[in-house]
Amino acid sequence: MSNECKVDCGRRRLVVATAAVGGVGAVAALVPFVSSMLPSERAKAAGAPVEVDISKLEPGQMMTVEWRGKPVWILHRNQDMLETLPKLDGEMADPNSDKKMQPEYAKNPTRSIKPEILVTVGICTHLGCSPSSKFKKGADEGMSADWLGGFLCPCHGSTFDFAGRVYKAKPAPDNLEVPPHYYIADTRILIGEDKKGA
Amino acid sequence: MKKFLIAMLCTPLMAFAAGGSVHLDKWPGSVADKAALQNGAKLFVNYCLNCHGASYMRYNKLMELGLTEQQVKDNLMFTADKIGEPMRIAGRAEEQKAWFGATPPDLTVIARARSSQDGSGADWLYTYLRQFYRDENRPTGWNNVVFENVGMPHIFWELQGEQILNKDHKLELAVPGKLPPKEYDQAVSDLVGFMVWMGEPMQEERKRIGWIVLAFLSVLFVFAYKLKKEYWKDVK
Amino acid sequence: MANTNFEKYKSDGSLGGNVLEWVDARFPLTAMWRGHLSEYYAPKNFNFWYFFGSLALLVLVIQIVTGIFLVMHYKPDASLNANGVPVAFASVEYIMRDVPWGWMIRYMHSTGASAFFIVVYLHMFRGMMYGSYRKPRELTWLFGVGIFLCLMGEAFFGYLLPWGQMSFWGAQVIVNLFSAIPLIGDPLSIWLRGDFVIGDATLNRFFSFHVIAFPLVLIGLIAAHILALHETGSNNPDGVEIKAKKDEKGIPLDGIPFHPYYTVKDIVGVVVFLMVFSAIMFFAPEGGGYFLERPNFFPADPLKTPDHIAPVWYFTPFYSILRAVVWPIFGIDAKFWGVVAMGASVVIFAFLPWLDRSPVKSIRYRGPIYKTFLTLFVISFFILGYLGTQSPSYWGEKISQLCSLIYFGFFLLMPWYSKVDKYRPAPERVTG
Repeated sequence: MSNECKVDCGRRRLVVATAAVGGVGAVAALVPFVSSMLPSERAKAAGAPVEVDISKLEPGQMMTVEWRGKPVWILHRNQDMLETLPKLDGEMADPNSDKKMQPEYAKNPTRSIKPEILVTVGICTHLGCSPSSKFKKGADEGMSADWLGGFLCPCHGSTFDFAGRVYKAKPAPDNLEVPPHYYIADTRILIGEDKKGA
Repeated sequence: MKKFLIAMLCTPLMAFAAGGSVHLDKWPGSVADKAALQNGAKLFVNYCLNCHGASYMRYNKLMELGLTEQQVKDNLMFTADKIGEPMRIAGRAEEQKAWFGATPPDLTVIARARSSQDGSGADWLYTYLRQFYRDENRPTGWNNVVFENVGMPHIFWELQGEQILNKDHKLELAVPGKLPPKEYDQAVSDLVGFMVWMGEPMQEERKRIGWIVLAFLSVLFVFAYKLKKEYWKDVK
Repeated sequence: MANTNFEKYKSDGSLGGNVLEWVDARFPLTAMWRGHLSEYYAPKNFNFWYFFGSLALLVLVIQIVTGIFLVMHYKPDASLNANGVPVAFASVEYIMRDVPWGWMIRYMHSTGASAFFIVVYLHMFRGMMYGSYRKPRELTWLFGVGIFLCLMGEAFFGYLLPWGQMSFWGAQVIVNLFSAIPLIGDPLSIWLRGDFVIGDATLNRFFSFHVIAFPLVLIGLIAAHILALHETGSNNPDGVEIKAKKDEKGIPLDGIPFHPYYTVKDIVGVVVFLMVFSAIMFFAPEGGGYFLERPNFFPADPLKTPDHIAPVWYFTPFYSILRAVVWPIFGIDAKFWGVVAMGASVVIFAFLPWLDRSPVKSIRYRGPIYKTFLTLFVISFFILGYLGTQSPSYWGEKISQLCSLIYFGFFLLMPWYSKVDKYRPAPERVTG
């Protein structure tokens, strides 16, 4: 009996050892296959940071650029627009931008680096539609009479102010996302990257 | 039985001892020489990329030659804005077809395509780029020893000078160029090196991984063989 | 050998045991395990040549897995992209460069294609040497021939996909073979292409055949091949039926359970094979221009035939036979008879079980005539293979005609020479 165990035990150890080494190989062989499903160089190139020239963007105007296949709005807010922001604090779900929907450098009352320039991803935080601009005050654009201007998501009616902050009691849970960005020069923004060394 | 196997093995070996036709000079460079590859990359973007694309190759890949992003952008990137973009030609394919009658081929994998029984693709390119000669019967004024009636003119003529084919069908340098022949050969060798590298930028990595895999399999073999021996002790 | 009357599994009361009992009551799990592995008795004297069956299965798995991942990135599209390169061709280079690890997956697949044929040719040769096709394993052999045909189709369709010069012109030549058939030839070849030249339609349907239709059939045939084998039990280098001598429990005296004995042995074979495979894949993925042909690094150009086109190496023996036929017969031109000869050279394998009249199966006990014929057959197969890679020439044609005669002679004269040949009686038990 003891003799038999001796044979068997050695055999079992060898089975386990071989299976372990083979298992390591099998896991290693998975690496190329699993990683091949990650974004390719082409996708990465398409998702690379986008440089935008805003020298021609007048106050009150907005432009849209594509970054990683998403619309990024650059809104040059005029004095009027900026003045609406503090008035609306009470109606906002997250008036002080406490949730991490923006980089640290945009966690301020205007949610931007320069007060007048808002850079935000134009995708509603509810289910991913792109809100439309409703910049005019009042009911002119089909909004309520006390509307101070901002954005309306056509899908489920979420509304946002000129800082991309979402109104209370709307389907969208969060403010619009501010992407990482920085100023290369006074009127040139790089969207998609935080300032190096900053 | 043994004889039978030997006979089987020898037949194809004898049959494969057939010869080639065109003489190709051996490419003297190496894809491990990063400095040469960088020089080759510079020649490539300055001379070749005007008409030929390398459209499967992205500019950021050039950083693997030991260059920084800024160096690539400043010195090598003339046909794109973003570092991740492919190395396209300045013009468009259809326009080129109108100008040249044919679209100059994409050169990304040319070094792989040009290998033959006569030599590697590198040998072919190295010989081809050094064997242009003056031929007034051709629309471009140039002909080539290894690629007869080639459509491409000799773009390096200022560097190499003008060769002619003498009576013995040997090339002779009739008008010297900016570079002495040795330096010209070196420049072409660097360019060819770049094209070989570009044909398969992962070739060095591929071999490195190959050694790791073989080392691992050798270890696994030891275990598997011991296991087999262990079990087959039972079989009488 | 597959005994289906195994007792159902009885749980030992543990959770795992209960689950197994539950499953086994509803699915023949332990019966399959015992019938095909742990109580499938294989002859104990398998030699080197018996590795290639399991290796073929391994290569099939490699091809399917790598294929699944390649399809995620490959685009069967013959139109030109913005850079003037066909999309299909560019998508292969995209896999090679832009997809993380894509180059490795692609090289595995391209090396795997050649490896498949190397392994299958050796597997077939084993069957010929030891008479594995003989009664009672004729059906196993027939399924095998079916697998071989299917594999050739699979390889041919797959070869078009990179959309290089060799892909294009190879397909052009092969599809045009069908136009050799009298009367229906031309419409048939147009129907196959879906166009008047090899084009986008052809590429798309070949893609469909390559990734769906043929793999499905292939897997079905392989299952049938293995089931049929396990019904009769394996042959062995002595050509002895081990079932003829059983012990009191009904276990063949010369048999050992496939698992664990041949599983552990095949693992060694698998590791050695993977070492050879990796050596090629990582250090010479082009296989000297035979696994990945050089002109295929030029995108397909319908206006320019490469100087020298040859099929991939694994088709060249049959291609040589096609080219060897240069005479019109019965007023039908040579092209047609070439196609017939080529088709016959593949299909003729299916008749081996009935052509062989020798009283013994294995080459070990056969006489000199059979050994000479088999040797000549193998040599002519290699020479035909080599000539198929070369440009046509006068002597090449003459030699390929001679070799084709030997090739067919091996089969067609077999009823005669296998009968008159000397032989030693096979032993009753295997000799190890």
